[in-house]
Amino acid sequence: MFLSINNLHKSFTNNGKTELVLSDIQLDVNEGEFVSILGPSGCGKSTLLSIVAGLTNATDGSIELSGKTIKGPGKERGMVFQQAALFPWLSVEENVMFPLLPEMSKKEAQQKAHQYLQMVQLSAYTKHSPHEISGGMQQRVAIARALAMDPALLLMDEPFGALDEQTRSRLHEIVEKIFLETKKTILFVTHSIAESLKLSDRIVVMGTQPGTILDVIELDFPRPRSQSKEELLYYEEKIQALLKSEIDKVTEKEQKNAASR
Amino acid sequence: MQPAVKRIIFYVLLFTIWQGAVYVFDVSPSLLPAPTDVFASLYEGFSNLTLVYDLVASFRRLFIGLAIALVLGLLLGVLLAKSKTADETLGSLILALQSVPSIVWLPLAIMWFGLNEMAVIFIVVLGATIVMTINVRTGIINVPPLFIKAAKTMNYRGFRLFSKVTIPASIPYAVTGMRLAWAFAWRALMAGELLSTGPGLGYSLRFASDFGDMSRVIAIMLLIMLIGIIVDLLFFQRVEKKVLKKWGLATS
Repeated sequence: MFLSINNLHKSFTNNGKTELVLSDIQLDVNEGEFVSILGPSGCGKSTLLSIVAGLTNATDGSIELSGKTIKGPGKERGMVFQQAALFPWLSVEENVMFPLLPEMSKKEAQQKAHQYLQMVQLSAYTKHSPHEISGGMQQRVAIARALAMDPALLLMDEPFGALDEQTRSRLHEIVEKIFLETKKTILFVTHSIAESLKLSDRIVVMGTQPGTILDVIELDFPRPRSQSKEELLYYEEKIQALLKSEIDKVTEKEQKNAASR
Repeated sequence: MQPAVKRIIFYVLLFTIWQGAVYVFDVSPSLLPAPTDVFASLYEGFSNLTLVYDLVASFRRLFIGLAIALVLGLLLGVLLAKSKTADETLGSLILALQSVPSIVWLPLAIMWFGLNEMAVIFIVVLGATIVMTINVRTGIINVPPLFIKAAKTMNYRGFRLFSKVTIPASIPYAVTGMRLAWAFAWRALMAGELLSTGPGLGYSLRFASDFGDMSRVIAIMLLIMLIGIIVDLLFFQRVEKKVLKKWGLATS
């Protein structure tokens, strides 16, 4: 198996109280697969991604990538965050060169950076500063930067959550194109059902308190997905039903908390 | 009306009123000389080069003191930001020292170094180091955690992470620290020179005062003020503006 997450548990201790955030997460991902992790806020989906990235430690359980146990961050896993996290003191091109420079000559790195900037259609903005371009463009630079390392696994943590609808749908097209061209394995965290239906081969639906996997939905439809709108409607309703009980659970707990106060 | 025009009118009026008041009330030059006398003294000081020698001597001390302070402030700032123990112990002392004007160290400095340049430079270093330290520390502590996380996923860690991400990310604070360090150093230098030995602008000011030459006293005061403004405006504010713009922090 390409990526396997085994019996993963994660709990945080806050003011002496231990809270279980992720409980017994079990997930296998094939090479070249686009998997979305979908769930309401607070279900631990971003924590899960952060553990895969090696930025957070699991309390229990393990993650293996191509047979190797993950300990800490590594270049074979590229990460795109909700905010672009570009370095303001570097130009767009220098930002994309950033992960390459330790190993490569400046000229090689620049060539490679241009290649990936072209892939996200930003060739005309190589010399700009990050703050001179729009949020959507910044996020594209962040994608190019993650891709430039040529990672085996691309991790995306609600990468388009902060963008407007039009920009988001344009970025969906770019991501889908990149996915088809580069055949990267992508793990994509989102809270948008539409987004996950549009992009994924499989959707992992997560529940909350603690975070568990409720269901895994296979989507065997041709891309682009706009061709199979009616078939997808069935899945949309199915996921909505799954998540509704989760959201009810959250509301109920909040009301209970309010009553006990 | 342009702010520059308003300013020119303001200063012309100020000097006219000053000149007029001295003339009308027949004020003694040992209390308040007329602006014309001040300018004459300033001209004389420059033409016989005494003020030039003073300027050179003062700037020499300033540069030595400021250079030491900036390096020391940078190192101390990094230490306080990186070591929790250092921050809790040495950090509290540095914050406490911040409330002490550096000139109060002069009696001790004179005992340690003698009545010479070293004592004055010591005062300058003390005055400027503390503010630089505090700014560098704040800059490093305020580096967005997201930058660090992002760099870690790109395999940056240890010293490379520090030099390629933490340091550049905290440069806006460091530049502000440098600007403040210059201002503190300049004030400390004048106070130090006034109370110790020459040559230097502060020393010449006291010398003129001892001889009751108030025109020269005010001339030197004007010079101190002008240099303070010019260096801040022409150098530090420009650098600060450029850095803030490049870092995308400028409010345009």
